Amino acid sequence: MPGKLKVKIVAGRHLPVMDRASDLTDAFVEVKFGNTTFKTDVYLKSLNPQWNSEWFKFEVDDEDLQDEPLQITVLDHDTYSANDAIGKVYIDIDPLLYSEAATVISGWFPIYDTIHGIRGEINVVVKVDLFNDLNRFRQSSCGVKFFCTTSIPKCYRAVIIHGFVEELVVNEDPEYQWIDRIRTPRASNEARQRLISLMSGELQRKIGLKVLEMRGNAVVGYLQCFDLEGESGLVVRAIGTACTLDKLSSPAAFLPACSSPSKEMKESPLVHPPSHGCRSTHNSPIHTATGSRLTQNFSVSVPTLIYTGMGSGSAGKEGGPFKALLRQQTQSALEQREFPFFTLTAFPPGFLVHVGGVVSARSVKLLDRIHNPDEPETRDAWWAEIRQEIKSHAKALGCHAVVGYSESTSICEEVCILSASGTAAVLNPRFLQDGTMEGCLEQRLEENLPAGCGFCHIPYDELNMPFPAHLTYCYNCRKQKVPDVLFTTIDLPIDATVIGKGCLIQARLCRLKKKAQAEANATAISNLLPFMEYEVHTQLMNKLKLKGMNALFGLRIQITVGENMLMGLASATGVYLAALPTPGGIQIAGKTPNDGSYEQHISHMQKKINDTIAKNKELYEISPPDISEEIIGSPIPEPRQRSRLLRSQSESSDEVTELDLSHGKKDAFVLEIDDTDAMEDVHSLLTDVPPPSGFYSCNTEIMPGINNWTSEIQMFTSVRVIRLSSLNLTNQALNKNFNDLCENLLKSLYFKLRSMIPCCLCHVNFTVSLPEDELIQVTVTAVAITFDKNQALQTAKTHVEKSLQRASTDNEELLQFPLELCSDSLPSHPFPPAKEHLESASSNSGIPAAQRATSVDYSSFADRCSSWIELIKLKAQTIRRGSIKTTVTVEKASPMGEGNFRNRSTPPCANSTVGVVKMTPLSFIPGAKITKYLGIINMFFIRETTSLREEGGVSGFLHAFIAEVFAMVRAHVAALGGNAVVSYIMKQCVFMENPNKNQAQCLINVSGDAVVFVRESELEVVSTQQPTTNCPPSCAGGEVTT
Amino acid sequence: MTSELDIFVGNTTLIDEDVYRLWLDGYSVSDAVALRVRSGILEQTGATAAVLQSDTMDHYRTFHMLERLLHAPPKLLHQLIFQIPPSRQALLIERYYAFDEAFVREVLGKKLSKGTKKDLDDISTKTGITLKSCRRQFDNFKRVFKVVEEMRGSLVDNIQQHFLLSDRLARDYAAIVFFANNRFETGKKKLQYLSFGDFAYCAELMIQNWTLGAVGEAPTHPDSQVDDMDVDLDKEFLQDLKELKMLVADKDLLDLHKSLVCTALRGKLGVFSEMEANFKNLSRGLVNVAAKLTHNKDVRDLFVDLVEKFVEPCRSDHWPLSDVRLFLNQYSASVHSLDGFRHQALWDRYMGTLRGCLLRLYHD
Repeated sequence: MPGKLKVKIVAGRHLPVMDRASDLTDAFVEVKFGNTTFKTDVYLKSLNPQWNSEWFKFEVDDEDLQDEPLQITVLDHDTYSANDAIGKVYIDIDPLLYSEAATVISGWFPIYDTIHGIRGEINVVVKVDLFNDLNRFRQSSCGVKFFCTTSIPKCYRAVIIHGFVEELVVNEDPEYQWIDRIRTPRASNEARQRLISLMSGELQRKIGLKVLEMRGNAVVGYLQCFDLEGESGLVVRAIGTACTLDKLSSPAAFLPACSSPSKEMKESPLVHPPSHGCRSTHNSPIHTATGSRLTQNFSVSVPTLIYTGMGSGSAGKEGGPFKALLRQQTQSALEQREFPFFTLTAFPPGFLVHVGGVVSARSVKLLDRIHNPDEPETRDAWWAEIRQEIKSHAKALGCHAVVGYSESTSICEEVCILSASGTAAVLNPRFLQDGTMEGCLEQRLEENLPAGCGFCHIPYDELNMPFPAHLTYCYNCRKQKVPDVLFTTIDLPIDATVIGKGCLIQARLCRLKKKAQAEANATAISNLLPFMEYEVHTQLMNKLKLKGMNALFGLRIQITVGENMLMGLASATGVYLAALPTPGGIQIAGKTPNDGSYEQHISHMQKKINDTIAKNKELYEISPPDISEEIIGSPIPEPRQRSRLLRSQSESSDEVTELDLSHGKKDAFVLEIDDTDAMEDVHSLLTDVPPPSGFYSCNTEIMPGINNWTSEIQMFTSVRVIRLSSLNLTNQALNKNFNDLCENLLKSLYFKLRSMIPCCLCHVNFTVSLPEDELIQVTVTAVAITFDKNQALQTAKTHVEKSLQRASTDNEELLQFPLELCSDSLPSHPFPPAKEHLESASSNSGIPAAQRATSVDYSSFADRCSSWIELIKLKAQTIRRGSIKTTVTVEKASPMGEGNFRNRSTPPCANSTVGVVKMTPLSFIPGAKITKYLGIINMFFIRETTSLREEGGVSGFLHAFIAEVFAMVRAHVAALGGNAVVSYIMKQCVFMENPNKNQAQCLINVSGDAVVFVRESELEVVSTQQPTTNCPPSCAGGEVTT
Repeated sequence: MTSELDIFVGNTTLIDEDVYRLWLDGYSVSDAVALRVRSGILEQTGATAAVLQSDTMDHYRTFHMLERLLHAPPKLLHQLIFQIPPSRQALLIERYYAFDEAFVREVLGKKLSKGTKKDLDDISTKTGITLKSCRRQFDNFKRVFKVVEEMRGSLVDNIQQHFLLSDRLARDYAAIVFFANNRFETGKKKLQYLSFGDFAYCAELMIQNWTLGAVGEAPTHPDSQVDDMDVDLDKEFLQDLKELKMLVADKDLLDLHKSLVCTALRGKLGVFSEMEANFKNLSRGLVNVAAKLTHNKDVRDLFVDLVEKFVEPCRSDHWPLSDVRLFLNQYSASVHSLDGFRHQALWDRYMGTLRGCLLRLYHD
């Protein structure tokens, strides 16, 4: 009996009128946890009842605490007939189970009904007393922290990054049970919501157990997904990266983008040591086995891709012995792991040594209807197979690990495509196991890996390359080899040297497919997949070159299967890496060279393309310094050797298992226009309009080349569904429709957000689904962040000043601070001499110093930096020395009080009681510092209507539902005492309509990390007013009032 | 390719002021798009008509969802569904409750009933304001009226508290409620020259001085119906006004009053002779208006009477406003010197307000 859950129902407000006669409601509340139910008194005739109940106490196992949601039902009492349900609130009490997170959940929750939406609010207080702390880790995995954030959370330090954890649970979908024929839609929806809530609780607990077995204390980059497989069941699966995290006792000064922990940080007293002897042999109350009737009787593995650089080049032989040593050490650290995968996309400095390229694997499976409880592991086996494949691809690239790893599925009827992708990489073993071997290797690392280009160097042996690649000496350090193009699924490393700005690059593709059943269908799909991958890749490559860039980050390729088509959508952020060679242009070759007018047309097109490239270079400020060819020794292109880019439909065989996407030996990309298809491709290349001026977009966390973010952010979700005219659908028409859909959607976003200019759309996440034959649905979630064009210099100034303060107060940190300096404020001019920098920053001119970045040693830099700071100090004397130290003490005393203070100090409206909760898909909040992680938010909602027209049609219905989902997320965060959700993601938005019946249904799954943040500007206010504003802890956790 | 569904939902609800204006003005989506195109927005932003259409639809949908909350503004503040910065909330409310001068002049003083609502078609045609907008404005009047009609305390405060309007707008609504409750006639042809502002000004003076609420904290008759403090005129006061009749009925008193006024104003008034000639008529007019106020019908005609009995005669003699002011001041003050007249307080309560009203009503 390790826990006591206490719940108090305080009041309700804005309840709906349930009694037409009196226009009032006789409301009462049922509080249910597990199998125990309590009821409040009936509060007669009021729309704003004050129950003020006693504390309802549930004595429960901590296993149940983890699995079960608290279920609160508001009902209208009816003397003569059955009580009518008003709505429900599900509260996940997991955040109360670890000591560092929230201590109480208290606040107004929207009362939600799956048919009517939000119907008023209820004020609830929830607390948990864990009886025996010693026992806490034994039976369950209470205490393991979960983070959706795919980097090490801001106020923690990674002691060890253990590696991949995964789990899945299977059950029958209540919607497809026989009982669904006789129960109401509401009952069915609620059964589903409850089941998924239960399953995610169980899943999280099981993952937690695995983490404890690995002696970790946290899961970072936790990604949980649902597969709605219809009649064959419901799968909830999750992956993540197990870590041992230390809470930072003295959080460093604000670091907007990186804030990466480093070894100089002191040990924290708040460490949760991984408990030993946690050999958990738990008995799950949930029957994983019973529901899993998923069998595999058909499976097609699909050719896999390895994206990396391409081209031909001269061989070199540098850095061999070091690489070998590194590989050896890391391998030993990774070998014990089944899958050396990491769901992280951003890493502590020094963690990522080399990046090989993108590895991905897909597999087409047939979902089986036959109930087969004896084979519950089918799903596990499917994924294991795919992961194995990924692992072997990584090996082929000379890498022993995969980072930025993710998994996804696309289901249509009984066919399911499983996909996994990641970036093959070589990692520094220091973070992977206990620090036994730190010493010498680290030394070497710092000597050998100049910041900004190390990760670009090829990990594989150039004499034994896995594919033909075009290698050159690194343009940065000129010691190691680099490919000419680099594709990755991770965020841009913070120390990477980038020239100019980045941009969102998308490849879009549709392929018609015949309607078929079962095996035939699966075969047809798997035959199409390689071509799709190939074309998506070609498009990405072309668009990248058209932008004059040489690397892709955050690459995500989604293949969606529908009844009669396949859709491919790849999104990534293109950048120009200083270490990689300048990309060649795109050449167009005609097929019939004798035709004069045709020739003219070709040259016209060529001119257009060249113009576009030139324009893009200007737009994204890409002006790499001219480096004489002799020094670099890059191969001079030979036009004769250019091979043609082949259009592949006709000549590729169906039996390919490895698809080589490198296009042979060439420096420039050649597009051959040999049919109308190709013509259109070229056209579509040119139809992608750049965002209007003042707008940038990327799908990574931050935009390379922009660092002066202001605090204004706007997270949004936009959904579009188009109906294709079913008449003579061709691939071309489809492609055009799909392309237009995406482009128009982007245009709409730019228009809507025009008031935020200058601004950048970050973390742009497109999801495509094919809900019906002729419907295409695209869902976009992103955040718009404004930035200040003129404040670049000032930001740099204040930041450097802070760094100096820190350096002077704490000498140990001296080594660390230049790194931060360069990554935060001056990524493109890492170590320029003082005056030169001032000039260049103020004029916002090119990047003359970039190439010299790597050769500067730290000590001399510190000298120069301080003299520069002297110069700046004359101008800006506003920031007091030592202010940051005081801040830290306040914060430790009561971080919550500080949150409250923040709210009080900026009274926006005297009589509003609703606190502002920010939401962002990013892991940070610009201009603010995250002081506390309160726990994971993982919510699943179903909304259904039988009066679609009355609710404003499909748009009105979905608009209201998404707004309600946002509201419920915000309410939960506020009740936890937080004021923001970071790493927010809408993982699923399944929309189904039946206009003829006037019905529609939608399922939404969202997740994120609830946090407390403090504005940077207020941090200083707090520190100067410290004695008066130190809020007593008693106000912590209360309702966020403003 | 047709768009089946097209939505945009921000964590902070986006409010486009221009589109809000169009929505409030009752334009359909297609009209609004056309108007926006004409405003040159496409050229400024490089957007396409389709983008504009989608954007307009989106905003209209948002406003439609917000409308339910705008009907009870405190709900807008406490609701959780739309995260809107307080300044934007205030803007939404203020604009929603704003009304057109042309419209309010049509319905001011009319009963806010279904019957009037049926006439909105005509008002729409007459004023050129869309029927939708007329309906919104009418429903706003009616909603505010219903809520504060039976409430104790200051009318303006009640309106502000329940509808979170700015002071200025709350005062206007107080006037609208006051006029609707007392059904003052404002639509007659001879009243057409008066603006809503003129009436609102008078309403404010009357609320301050002539209603039950004006009497003070302690109502004289706790048993009587004192609930409608600010909305209803003080019946007792109206009854008492009959006493003023002696000012014109008693010939001596009238003569004395006249001579007092004339002595004081001689040489100061440009229109002295006209005033002297008209004094008895004007005084009779003003006092008779007071004496008749016991009848509801005459209360309704208050403004008609004032214009007929005072404004028009003066205007026809081309009194300048400064002379009107001098005359009214002297006219009210001189009564204090009439020894035989005992109702000085009553006179001040009546004439103080009336003087203010008349000065406001006196223009072309």
